[in-house]
Amino acid sequence: MAIDRNKIRNFSIIAHIDHGKSTLADRILEQTSAVALRDMEDQILDNMDLERERGITIKAHAVTLVYHAKDGQEYVFNLIDTPGHVDFNYEVSRSLAACEGAVLVVDASQGIEAQTLANTYLAVDAGLEIVPVINKIDLPSADPDRVRHEVEDVIGIPADDAPAISAKMGINIDQVMEQVVRLVPPPEGDEKAPLKALIFDSYYDAYKGVIAHVRLKDGTVHPGDTIRMMSVGSEFTVTECGYMRATNFEPAKELSAGEVGYIAASIKAVKDARVGDTITRADDPAKEPLPGYRAVQPMVFCGIYPADGAKYPDLRDALERLQLNDAALSFEPETSVALGFGFRCGFLGLLHMEVIQERLEREYNLDLITTAPSVIYRITKTSGDVIYIDNPTNYPDPSLIATAEEPMTNAHIYTPTEYVGNIMELCQERRGTFKDMTYIDSDRVDIHYELPLNEIIYDFFDALKSRTRGYASFDYELMGYQKSDLVKLDIMLNGEVVDALSFIVHADKAYPRARKMAEKLKDKIPRQLFEVPIQACVGGRIIARETVKALRKDVLAKCYGGDITRKKKLLEKQKEGKKRMRQLGTVEVPQEAFMSVLKLDE
Amino acid sequence: MSWNSPPIGLYIHTPFCQVKCPYCDFYSLPSQGEEFYDAYVEALEKQLSCFFGGTAARRIDSVYFGGGTPNLLGEKRIGRILEQVSPYLENDTEITLEANPGENLESFFQGIHKSGVNRISLGLQSACAEELKQLGRRHTAMQAAQAVEAARKAGISNISLDLMLAIPRQTQDSLGQSLAFCEKLHPEHLSAYLLKLEPGTRFWKEKERLFLPEEEETCELYLFACRELERLGYHQYEISNFARPGKEGRHNLKYWHCEEYLGLGPGAHSFLEGKRFYYPRDLHGFLDGKPPVQDGAGGGMEEFCMLALRLREGLQEETFQKRFGIPLPKSLLRFAGQLEKAGYAEVRPGGFALTAKGFLVSNSILAQAAVCLEQAGLCT
Repeated sequence: MAIDRNKIRNFSIIAHIDHGKSTLADRILEQTSAVALRDMEDQILDNMDLERERGITIKAHAVTLVYHAKDGQEYVFNLIDTPGHVDFNYEVSRSLAACEGAVLVVDASQGIEAQTLANTYLAVDAGLEIVPVINKIDLPSADPDRVRHEVEDVIGIPADDAPAISAKMGINIDQVMEQVVRLVPPPEGDEKAPLKALIFDSYYDAYKGVIAHVRLKDGTVHPGDTIRMMSVGSEFTVTECGYMRATNFEPAKELSAGEVGYIAASIKAVKDARVGDTITRADDPAKEPLPGYRAVQPMVFCGIYPADGAKYPDLRDALERLQLNDAALSFEPETSVALGFGFRCGFLGLLHMEVIQERLEREYNLDLITTAPSVIYRITKTSGDVIYIDNPTNYPDPSLIATAEEPMTNAHIYTPTEYVGNIMELCQERRGTFKDMTYIDSDRVDIHYELPLNEIIYDFFDALKSRTRGYASFDYELMGYQKSDLVKLDIMLNGEVVDALSFIVHADKAYPRARKMAEKLKDKIPRQLFEVPIQACVGGRIIARETVKALRKDVLAKCYGGDITRKKKLLEKQKEGKKRMRQLGTVEVPQEAFMSVLKLDE
Repeated sequence: MSWNSPPIGLYIHTPFCQVKCPYCDFYSLPSQGEEFYDAYVEALEKQLSCFFGGTAARRIDSVYFGGGTPNLLGEKRIGRILEQVSPYLENDTEITLEANPGENLESFFQGIHKSGVNRISLGLQSACAEELKQLGRRHTAMQAAQAVEAARKAGISNISLDLMLAIPRQTQDSLGQSLAFCEKLHPEHLSAYLLKLEPGTRFWKEKERLFLPEEEETCELYLFACRELERLGYHQYEISNFARPGKEGRHNLKYWHCEEYLGLGPGAHSFLEGKRFYYPRDLHGFLDGKPPVQDGAGGGMEEFCMLALRLREGLQEETFQKRFGIPLPKSLLRFAGQLEKAGYAEVRPGGFALTAKGFLVSNSILAQAAVCLEQAGLCT
């Protein structure tokens, strides 16, 4: 039984981290009685432990709710939660493409932030109706009127009747829902036309295979239909379709134009049901796919190795399983002299990388060593060949390089004016080029810089946070390659290059970075039987040097009345300690030494 | 059959002290009344008859009374114990008793000499009054000298002195004075232990306030002591032990040669017939006749190497081959070569041994040696 399309409201919620998006979603779920109170767990849409802990949404989620509006009618709300991070911009854009409206949540004391604005522009570009909401009015520092003006000035939409709410306290939530009914237009579409369903999320389920979350733009779909993925042409038979409820799936005989729901078709991996792709019916295909599909490209790469070499197959299995659910994750085997067998992994960005690492460690119980993240450099060789390098080990000999280029970004930083100096200093340090600065209001600005991507991926977020006491927010987009003076920096321990510690860096940065790395390694490599010289070099020239002095004293002077076991245990412990280290020639390097060079500013 | 087995060492623990020294973590309790000592010696005798009652009894070629403070037991009780084991003693058995310098040792020494004690180990620790005070010792250097004299007078001709290195505020000068003081007493043997703070001791709790020598100074003190003692004619035969030729402590050598010994008393450890066992640190359990606790197998390859490398004679191909039926693994000899280059070892035909500098880092060396054995597929 098809639902009256005029009673459907498809919308998402966009907000900056911590502005209360997930809390508002929870309140809406509660007030539409979608979730029995006993099932109520804070932030029900954030499924992953990691999402709850970090307070961010990593994957999109969707839920179908029924709302009894004040006009006496029942409305079907399809609430599509969007990821809240720049790494997942593409996913955000696809989620928004599934909606007709977006609830914009703005913190009543903090006002508009970089992330909010970036996502709001995405929503406006997608033609969505924006429903502004001022949240956290319960806070003493709340200034709803100022924020209302800010929304009008900066985004250019009327905010006079924006509900002033507190999602946390449950104040005025009904006003939000009434605004959704009033402002968000019902979906359009032709259910008689050939099927066009936009995949805005997909994930792997052990029983049903991939479950694609879809928004039907045209046509209908039923169990038994043969469907086709329009980007690749692969075909599957629908085993089940239906609606996502707050805590369960509700199978249906049919989904039709305007609706949001799920399709399962025994699909083995999410790469076969990619976000942004269009599903059509094989027997009556649409002529054109929906616009906007692109295959996601990893931008940041690093080596991931098991701390215990024997766990290599486990790591491979874990990566394969994560990839089932994450089409943006790429990996291929690589070998390091220092670290043994591992994988070169590609990510959308730094957060994506951290999330994958954490999931490998937590959900798959793996102890990992990762190498410094790298971007993709474009090298034109003297022979005229153009190669792309994502692993410092493969960096060609300088004599073979005609030009080296690195990826650049357009970066926007939103900050209270008092931190402008600090931020400009930071951006200069990171080789940024100042473009312009605009005032959002009298005491907040948008600073626009061009920044090399490789300056952002190390610890830019952390540095920005610490220099602005957390008040600045940051967003960037890739803008292409730019010629750059790049060098490969190698680290030698006891005269041997440690491949896992090599990285590509701008020539101006080579010296300070080399010195910091040498210092950090000196700090992390324990004194051992033999002295360990640490050298950092560029093209064979040593530019920094430290020495870990030989151990002086490590002895049990007394033999405790024949208690040999005590000595044996001590020896055993020491032996185990040695095994946890990486043996590079005669040098023992603890795992954390590899990790310590990733965060040089600490 | 056991009469054909090699003789063993016997260790008797005395878990009492008049006052506990603030650095010591051996098992000892405040001294008790005479009746209590009788009960303790009875418990010892009971355990002795377990081991020496039947056909499995072994011959003994060294007896060591350690503590605690063994002289608290008095010469009669020492005599009783020795009498019980006398049928098993070899002719030239080394019988050592540890004593703390103090008053009236003369008649005690005479008494125990009659019972067979032929070696005294005196806890001198330092010849500097200030350092003795720091260590909580209740005797003077003079009293130690008198004790040596008393022992010799009693006919005990084999004397060992204990010294301590890296005492709070110790300097090379003060250590030199202690060494010179020792020399004048002409002991046959010297032990020089680096002070090590043990959890549970008063020193451990007070370590921040102790003015302990820095690591570098500690190493210098140790190397200085090794050099000085060598110069005075005491050769270093183990990490912390020095002797006139032929006067090495036989009892402790048993530990390091991986030979057998029986230890009686709470906290005492044994290695017999391939097994290690010990009596828990529980005086009342021991008095009640509780049996020792098994502590796994002993005498394996790793253990053998670990102990051999404490000695200046080091790890010898011949003994290793004889005991385990295989030559020393190549990886271990390669490692020895690296050690030699760094001045940690001397490689000799048929084996290698650590130098004094090597002794200072011997734990790290032993751990790596164990890894070498493991890589050669010899241990796990």
